[in-house]
Amino acid sequence: MMSCKQATELMSQEQDRQLTFFERINLRIHVLICDACNNYRQQMSVLRDACKRFGSGGTP
Amino acid sequence: MELDRQKELNALRPDLLRFAHLQLRDSGAAEDAVQETMLAALVGNHRFENRSSYKTWLISILRNKIIDIIRSQSREVTASSLSDDETGDDLVDSLFDQRGHWQETARPGRWADPENSFEQQQFWQVFEACLDHLPERTARIFMMREFLGLDTDEICKEASISTSNCWVVLHRARMSLRTCLETKWFAGEEA
Repeated sequence: MMSCKQATELMSQEQDRQLTFFERINLRIHVLICDACNNYRQQMSVLRDACKRFGSGGTP
Repeated sequence: MELDRQKELNALRPDLLRFAHLQLRDSGAAEDAVQETMLAALVGNHRFENRSSYKTWLISILRNKIIDIIRSQSREVTASSLSDDETGDDLVDSLFDQRGHWQETARPGRWADPENSFEQQQFWQVFEACLDHLPERTARIFMMREFLGLDTDEICKEASISTSNCWVVLHRARMSLRTCLETKWFAGEEA
């Protein structure tokens, strides 16, 4: 079982590269049972959306 | 019509300058990028179609100018190594216990209604302040990835670091930003 610390590394890297099959499975199991990391994953996608908006001049 | 455009351009200048400065962290270079952008916008005004907002169009020109500057700088400057600040694991370590589990006080919460936050100007002020808080090279690498849309291979080349170092820097940048946004914005939103 991977630690939360390792899970956060993968959740960052999945934004930059294709994870391997085992990394994906491990991560999926981890976020299924870990609320904090599940939230972290949501935050990573909010962060990406925010950057997209900011980087394209779409802010109010 | 022409005059209106110039007025609008002038009014947007501070936004453009802030955007450039966040990424270049150099007033001179940011000023150059913005001036070139304004010039290109005036000359190519006829190419602006109202499909997007004027600001979006300007930012897309500015993004290309920033990429040009970053590319020319990385050719001029020999690779400086990452500072301790950017490779050290202080922030990340402080959030986890020895077994790699979240510290009780550091556990990420659910961010309520981000879309609503995106509509608020104050959110973007906090966002900019959090970006500004990142160490300089970390910020540049992160913004090359997220704002300029470069892939990690190119970023590694421009920043003269290894791919795995690049991932570490991006991870630290994201961890730092989400921690900053959570404490400075989303924690207060929920209350």
